[in-house]
Amino acid sequence: MRRFLDRYWYAYAMVLPVVVVIAVLVLYPLAQGVFFTFTNINEGNIANPVLDRPASYDVVGFKNYLNVLSGGDSYGAFWGTLVRTLIWTFACVFFHYTIGLGLALLLNRQVRGRSFYRVLLILPWAVPAFISAFAWKYMFNAQYGIINQVLRSVGLPDPVWLGQNNWALVSVIIVNVWLGVPFMMVALLGGLQSIPGDLYEAAEMDGATPWQRFRHVTLPGLRSVSSTVILLGIIWTFNMFPVIYLVAGPNPNARILVTYAFERFFSGASRDYAIASTYGVLILSVLLVFAAAYRRALRKQGEVW
Amino acid sequence: MTLDASSLKVVQATDRRLRRAERSKGASVLLHAALIVASVIAVFPIFWVFVTSLKPDARAVEPTPKLWNESSLDNYTRVLAGEKGDFLAWFGNSVLIALMTTVLGVFISATAGYAASRFRFPGKRGLMMSFLLVQMFPFAVLIVPLYNILIALGLNGTSIGLVLVYCTTAVPFCTYMLKGYFDTVPADIDEAGRVDGLSPFGVFWRLILPLAKPGLAVTSFYAFLTAWGEVAFASAFLSAADESKTLAVGLQVFVQQNRTEWGHLAAASILVAIPAIIVFYLVQRFLVTGLASGAVKG
Repeated sequence: MRRFLDRYWYAYAMVLPVVVVIAVLVLYPLAQGVFFTFTNINEGNIANPVLDRPASYDVVGFKNYLNVLSGGDSYGAFWGTLVRTLIWTFACVFFHYTIGLGLALLLNRQVRGRSFYRVLLILPWAVPAFISAFAWKYMFNAQYGIINQVLRSVGLPDPVWLGQNNWALVSVIIVNVWLGVPFMMVALLGGLQSIPGDLYEAAEMDGATPWQRFRHVTLPGLRSVSSTVILLGIIWTFNMFPVIYLVAGPNPNARILVTYAFERFFSGASRDYAIASTYGVLILSVLLVFAAAYRRALRKQGEVW
Repeated sequence: MTLDASSLKVVQATDRRLRRAERSKGASVLLHAALIVASVIAVFPIFWVFVTSLKPDARAVEPTPKLWNESSLDNYTRVLAGEKGDFLAWFGNSVLIALMTTVLGVFISATAGYAASRFRFPGKRGLMMSFLLVQMFPFAVLIVPLYNILIALGLNGTSIGLVLVYCTTAVPFCTYMLKGYFDTVPADIDEAGRVDGLSPFGVFWRLILPLAKPGLAVTSFYAFLTAWGEVAFASAFLSAADESKTLAVGLQVFVQQNRTEWGHLAAASILVAIPAIIVFYLVQRFLVTGLASGAVKG
């Protein structure tokens, strides 16, 4: 034990603050949250230190899970919402990645004013999300929003973007793509700059066309950065709450799993913490399954991660 | 042998540039056109809020939009004068909370990232995996348990409690990024420092941190933004008194109460965005190198 401590104490000392913060403020609440999923806790029966009222909720076993997984409308139509969440996640990450890669390829060339373009293109990342949400909500307004005014003036149909139809989902995807591209672009730009130039020269020497160079030099060179940012992107987008909540509000047509958990949590006559936590645990399970599958797929292709 | 951190340079990624001469005129035009279109899309929503912020509320919802319509700085002076809530107090709270989150979050991520980059110790893999796990849980569902803990710790309603909560959001990503960045700093530097008689902490503090500026810049940016724009936790954990609110919370209340005052809302939004954009501008030249090495090695 002494030798063990002698050898590792400084490593542990440096990790300790993070571990303490994570353990106290994440793992313990997480355990408590998982416990809540087996109870009927809500605003009315939780312990309230301000009113000096003790907790009076009961353990109800798997009832919450049964209610949610049976997919009833009063519990957020779980399966339909899951499908919408998957559409949302894959649409967003697909556009983040392709647009981000396209812009990164452009910025990686010798262009006059490159750093100026870069500042402008990263700007959406720097603005706080609730302000971007406000900006887009204003622009999406069906009557006096600039988007519909432009569409009308060129004679195109002007949909009610944030109404009770599927345009709402399209709108929030547009907003989130706008928000998320800069991160991908910056990460991929860094990845592109770390690909050695001689690889391109060698490929050119061998008579490779630009497409072949992209396909056989650029893409493999970006593999490790891509696999990281795509995984992170999927996790973040799956749990992206502010964009949808602030732009579309509690609109069932733009509802994904996380926003529904929030609706249960914050609104409604009795804040239903039990159902919100149940949704949280189900989201975690979906993401864990996904991460395991993703990792296996990468490993099959010989990538160690 | 003495070691001066500033004389050592982190190996820069080779910057491959196509010679401009290779490109035809048409290709250049297309390239610039694509970049200009993308930049306009990126900037337009913010520009439009700015334009709106100068208009009186009634002019912000005209059937035909104009760039300039009875525009003035009146919205700004009214917001700053506190007619719409104690804006300056919110601003102060936000600055304080965001700065504390940045300093504390980046510091503890840096120590953890350095340990994970340089030392092998039992539990390291588990630690890194748990960071990924933390990202997967919809964090705000933890508000109730967190609330209980903050009360138990006596931190409820204080800014330090909120700072700790923000750190849990920012730290996992920052640690990943910084570990990746420290991996690109050659380990010889550590050894040289140790030979010179520095402790492991001395090496970290006096040699490695100064070399890791791009990585630190990116993570600071991330931590600052995490705290600056957050709404849900801030509204749950800070006391309801007007002067203890952060900007995000105050503005949210403002939105709910004054749905039609688009001009004032826009002005307040621009005022909130300015500090974030300043921080962004200060770190943006480090973003590419900082983020890339983190993501490549992470």
